[in-house]
Amino acid sequence: MIDMHQDIRDAVTRLCADFPGAYWRKLDAERAYPSEFVDALTAQGYLAALIPEEYGGIGLGLSAGAAILEEIHRSGGNAGACHAQMYTMGTLLRHGSDAQKARYLPGIASGDLRLQAFGVTEPGSGTNTPAIKTFARREGDRYIVNGQKIWTSRAEYSDLMILLARTTPADQVAKRTDGLSVFILDMKAAREAGMRISPIRTMMNHATCEVFFDDVEIPVENLIGEEGRGFRYIMSGMNAERILIAAECIGDAKWLIDKSSAYAKEREVFGRPIGQNQGIAFPIAQAYARMRAAELMVHDAVRRYEAGENPGAEANMAKMLAAEASWEAAEAAVQTHGGFGFAEEYDIERKFRETRLYQVAPISTNLILSYIAEHVLGMPRSY
Amino acid sequence: MKVLVPVKRVIDYNVKVRVKTDGSGVDLANVKMSMNPFDEIAVEEAIRLKEAGTVSEIVAVSIGVKQAQETLRTALAMGADRAILIVAADDVHTDIEPLAVAKLLKAVIDAEDPGLVIAGKQAIDNDMNATGQMLAALTGWAQATFASELKVEGEHALVTREVDGGLQTIKVKMPAIVTVDLRLNEPRYASLPNIMKAKKKPLEEKTPADYGVDVTPRLEVLKTSEPPARAAGVKVGSVDELITKLKDEAGVL
Ligand SMILES: Cc1cc2nc3c(=O)[nH]c(=O)nc-3n(C[C@H](O)[C@H](O)[C@H](O)COP(=O)(O)OP(=O)(O)OC[C@H]3O[C@@H](n4cnc5c(N)ncnc54)[C@H](O)[C@@H]3O)c2cc1C
Ligand SMILES: Cc1cc2nc3c(=O)[nH]c(=O)nc-3n(C[C@H](O)[C@H](O)[C@H](O)COP(=O)(O)OP(=O)(O)OC[C@H]3O[C@@H](n4cnc5c(N)ncnc54)[C@H](O)[C@@H]3O)c2cc1C
Repeated sequence: MIDMHQDIRDAVTRLCADFPGAYWRKLDAERAYPSEFVDALTAQGYLAALIPEEYGGIGLGLSAGAAILEEIHRSGGNAGACHAQMYTMGTLLRHGSDAQKARYLPGIASGDLRLQAFGVTEPGSGTNTPAIKTFARREGDRYIVNGQKIWTSRAEYSDLMILLARTTPADQVAKRTDGLSVFILDMKAAREAGMRISPIRTMMNHATCEVFFDDVEIPVENLIGEEGRGFRYIMSGMNAERILIAAECIGDAKWLIDKSSAYAKEREVFGRPIGQNQGIAFPIAQAYARMRAAELMVHDAVRRYEAGENPGAEANMAKMLAAEASWEAAEAAVQTHGGFGFAEEYDIERKFRETRLYQVAPISTNLILSYIAEHVLGMPRSY
Repeated sequence: MKVLVPVKRVIDYNVKVRVKTDGSGVDLANVKMSMNPFDEIAVEEAIRLKEAGTVSEIVAVSIGVKQAQETLRTALAMGADRAILIVAADDVHTDIEPLAVAKLLKAVIDAEDPGLVIAGKQAIDNDMNATGQMLAALTGWAQATFASELKVEGEHALVTREVDGGLQTIKVKMPAIVTVDLRLNEPRYASLPNIMKAKKKPLEEKTPADYGVDVTPRLEVLKTSEPPARAAGVKVGSVDELITKLKDEAGVL
């Protein structure tokens, strides 16, 4: 049985109580970044939960990270503005040199350095990551980067970016996943050297961007691990990311189900609570059952992760099931609230927009099904 | 100086309270429980005194069911140094009465010899507002209730009290019992590093028998009922109509 971290959950709930729906609604209307919320989480140490103590973090396991993110969402908040500060450092921690870790991790743990931008996706390659075009050409003691990233979330609010780029052209490598390298990019220096960030307006408040590289120089000491092995480094962080996103979806689902069941008990039309009609009660009950099933899969994935297994299948399934459960809960919530589900004041429509993302990003459902079909069930690869 | 802070585990202030069907009390099964908010303020005040160098050690005490150790861990995570849990009940629905609590606290005081006790003015579950006062009587110490400001000056505590007419400032000789009101401070959150540190702080477990105190209830609850549902209001068409209604129907003018 994994540690449920009830004490941490209670403390996160307390913190989130200071950031009620009105706070998130205002930011949403202005498409503004939740700086006060992120600062509060940082000050209380939550975003350093997974960083080892020797680097100034708290040194907790993934289950603690999952508990923290779940409770933020369970309180009606959104951790999307900063969740990556918790786990993007994993690439650095696992594959960085001692010098790189000593240079960056303490600052990331204290929050002075924000490493919450992750530049992988490109417009021309999409899900097909090895097909990225951004190229880092080595010249003496530096790399010269050219290309474009898209959906690089929080790029405007990050001091550092984990950047994936090709360092050997795809037609010169044995396997298409070879020849890709990972860099830790100093965003301030890169901006001065010609990196351009352009925000994308989306249906929710997510601070996601396009990033353009035009002869941007990166010192060689910012290469993580070996040149050409970057794809593996990026993949090695995916299980943690999937599990943490799944935990956020569980939090969303719980919040939505709580709201729906409370409203269904209170709202009376035709002289009785609407929840007395099975047409209202059943979709909420169904969402609850699906959420609990997904939650069990999240727990199984976390347990395996913490035991040192490779829970690729469980992490993917947890993310898929949890994202579907939160979406089902959002659907039920809008329907239960009738017209009021559309009114901003109820926060239902906001959560409805926010939680839809997780069936697409960071990995879409189809790709998870492809993974299960191929890697778990041994069917032929479809792409 | 050592400070003793009693903390009670109560139903969370956000929970919508439901009365048990047999009317014997409030239903606490599977309900979120938290530290009594006034006790949080007391813990916070003790921590501030420690940060100011006035206090050297903060001991948190809770009396109730075993699960109250979670409440004590919260106090430790906020900044208390160690904790004493007196397990006086098995059933979460058993409320230990103020006099029994005061007697147990008196026994803890005898063992610990604190210079100050900072307690909440009341617990939000039963709203008794009695424990601090009873403890002052049992110890013979000075009491300062409903504190909205607390200053320690040498041998004395200067306490501003919230009274009906406004604010009253009194000077009491320590050791003393201070009970705190809502506006004294805003309690801090327990941070993640401190939650982790709290797990390693000492938490001693005792029973009322260890202190020779009998906690058998002396009060009998006859009935618990929900407050009557609020009746619908009325809309008035004019100021005149309002005045007429206030005069003739409400009888308040
Ligand atoms: C708000 C937001 C934030 C994001 N943040 C980041 C970030 O910080 N960093 C980052 O690198 N990326 C980020 N992403 C990108 C995200 O990971 C991608 O959007 C996602 O991986 C899908 O890629 P795509 O949008 O190019 O879709 P495409 O790859 O074009 O896919 C479109 C659709 O086709 C389906 N499809 C594609 N190939 C197959 C196949 N072989 N079989 C079946 N179906 C297939 C997909 O499942 C999808 O439904 C973010 C995206 C969004 C929307
Ligand atoms: C954008 C927008 C524009 C609108 N424009 C207009 C307009 O121009 N003019 C106007 O008059 N109204 C308008 N409406 C109101 C709209 O018609 C109502 O929102 C709708 O009829 C539902 O009523 P309600 O919101 O009060 O939901 P409720 O009646 O509270 O219903 C809530 C939920 O309970 C369900 N429910 C209720 N009773 C039962 C039952 N017995 N059995 C099973 N399920 C039940 C409902 O199906 C619904 O899913 C608008 C609403 C919106 C959101």
